[in-house]
Amino acid sequence: MSKVTLAKALNAGLRTAMEADDKVVLMGEDVGRLGGVFRITDGLQKDFGERRVMDSPLAESGIVGTAIGMAMRGYRPVVEIQFDGFVYPAYDQIVTQLAKMSYRSQGKVRLPVVIRIPFGGGIGAVEHHSESPEAQFAHTPGLKVVACSNPVDGYWMIQQAIACDDPVIFLEPKRQYHGDKAELDLDATPDPLFTSTVVRRGEDVTLVTYGPMVRTALAAAEAAVADGRSIEVVDLRSLSPLDLGPVIASARRTGRVVVAHEAHVNLGLGAEVAARVTEECFYSLEAPVLRVGGFDTPYPAARNEHHFLPDLDRVLDTVDRAFTF
Amino acid sequence: MTILTGAPTAHESAGCEPDYVQLLTPEGQRVEHDDYHFDGDDDLVRTFYRDMVLARRVDTEATALQRHGELGIWAQLLGQEAAQIGAGHGSRPQDFIFPTYREHGVALVRGLDPGRLLGLFRGVDHGGWDPAEHNFGLYTVVIGAQTLHATGYAMGLTADGLVGSGDVTRDACTIAHFGDGASSQGDVLESFVFAATYDAPVVFFCQNNQWAISAPIERQSRTPLHWRAPAFGFPGVRVDGNDVLATYAVTRAATDRARAGEGPTFIEAYTYRMGAHTTTDDPTRYRSGADVDAWRRKDPIARVLAYLRSRDAVDDAFVAALEAEADDLGAHLRRQCREMPDPSPLAMFDHVYAEASPEVEAQREGYAAYLAQFDLTGAEGER
Repeated sequence: MSKVTLAKALNAGLRTAMEADDKVVLMGEDVGRLGGVFRITDGLQKDFGERRVMDSPLAESGIVGTAIGMAMRGYRPVVEIQFDGFVYPAYDQIVTQLAKMSYRSQGKVRLPVVIRIPFGGGIGAVEHHSESPEAQFAHTPGLKVVACSNPVDGYWMIQQAIACDDPVIFLEPKRQYHGDKAELDLDATPDPLFTSTVVRRGEDVTLVTYGPMVRTALAAAEAAVADGRSIEVVDLRSLSPLDLGPVIASARRTGRVVVAHEAHVNLGLGAEVAARVTEECFYSLEAPVLRVGGFDTPYPAARNEHHFLPDLDRVLDTVDRAFTF
Repeated sequence: MTILTGAPTAHESAGCEPDYVQLLTPEGQRVEHDDYHFDGDDDLVRTFYRDMVLARRVDTEATALQRHGELGIWAQLLGQEAAQIGAGHGSRPQDFIFPTYREHGVALVRGLDPGRLLGLFRGVDHGGWDPAEHNFGLYTVVIGAQTLHATGYAMGLTADGLVGSGDVTRDACTIAHFGDGASSQGDVLESFVFAATYDAPVVFFCQNNQWAISAPIERQSRTPLHWRAPAFGFPGVRVDGNDVLATYAVTRAATDRARAGEGPTFIEAYTYRMGAHTTTDDPTRYRSGADVDAWRRKDPIARVLAYLRSRDAVDDAFVAALEAEADDLGAHLRRQCREMPDPSPLAMFDHVYAEASPEVEAQREGYAAYLAQFDLTGAEGER
């Protein structure tokens, strides 16, 4: 297969999953004829029909609620929420129903529903189109939350999420959709879904991130070489459950940890990573675990988003701070 | 073109009979309706009568168990027996029922042991029966959420080709139960949109019992609830919710229609919540005894007994045998409730996920170790 973008990789992953299991159905606003506003489902309705790629009424709670009913009937619905900020009308169905049905039924009802959410900023959009709601879902028992960062992971992780018997919130970094391309090896054996991975080796500091910030982190690590600083980058991939084994192993070597995400710092994933890393390897740390992320403001107007989003310079500024203790 | 103006006081009070489908008057007289007919025999009416008496006994016993401290709370169905028993019998075994949390009568008809309902109210589980066993879903506490599940499940039935074949043992539909309060929820209205646009085989069965805790129906709607359905593109019908022959006939017609592939129907079963919202509620703070008295004269059970007696279809021996059966059921419920074990502390960690989360498992082990310090057998997961 030639090199593909994240958008194409997700499309290929969805297609493969639909070919493998005819219980896989896609639901969402504009996912059919249009192929989704980001074209992630492009061509799938044409090939699989309206029964399996369903253009939904414009009602997010209705989409998730009916997906739950479809799942109770034995289907494996993959729901597209058009933009991160539009997930809140469905929040009740996700948190009070989707997340709790297994528990309520003592395991008798499984809801293998995937909720795909294009998340994060950097595309110059209007309000509600650039948010990072992952902590709200990771805070909810019963949901699993993953974020892909590149085409190869996108291709495999979407298939693994669909195969998972638990509800999965599947976060896609929208500003990478049509960005860097990567070669897909269709015969590869992917890492298990709920695992994190070291994406760049380094010796001096551990930079932990996920989703759209992985690219920024890798660029920061590259830039830091000129300063003689070696940054190890961990892509968390799974936000709930968290797989912190690689992070802790890295922290024990480097003694310094920085967590970066676009989401607001207050009570974000970084806080949880910091708490757990501190608990696990307190005596290995040379500095407190530091966080860099979006400010605790609502997402700003697009002309200001480059100040809000942690970029290469802010990441490196925080890395520098880790060496001041 | 007809314009429904919807006067602000379009709801009928207890003193004024609303326009609804009725086949059995409060006095037990059979009446006919142009569109809906009861075609059952006396055996079926006796079954309805039996089930209503048993449903009321479940309610009475559970209310008493709450008063004795055996249940934390109970949501009473008193007064709504005809709506629930008629709706229950109006479905077929292959239909899937999505209840709210007051459908004890429907549960009984579907064959779920009423004792299974008590766990949720005793606080030992959140339901936990297998919905697939009787095609009867778990009680849903967040109002109206299940109407979307019923619609999605119905969409799945269509996708499975289980609609419109004409085979009554094979074609299936769903029934979404909810109340007048839920009719204000966005999820319920969204379920109408999805059901209509996908032509889903779902019956929306709304028990309008006039009260959502302390809020009267006038706070939920300016117009009769069943008027809403045509605006969404499917029929709405109001039925005397205290007339089991009518609720049965209307539900049967609606489910037949759904199974035949003709789409959703909205049924407004016009009834009255004779008891409190739950055992924690005090209705004397917000409604008059006069209304309750007027509705008591429309009791759903008394009219069926009057009808059966007028036909000599029951005798004293039948009534006495039924009373004994109800007594046995009451004793069964009391025993089952009191013998219901508390869950083991570590069971709290079960079934959060289908594929266990290492984080939850670590917490389970940590808490087991914590408990073990105190030499509690709970650490072994049993007690």
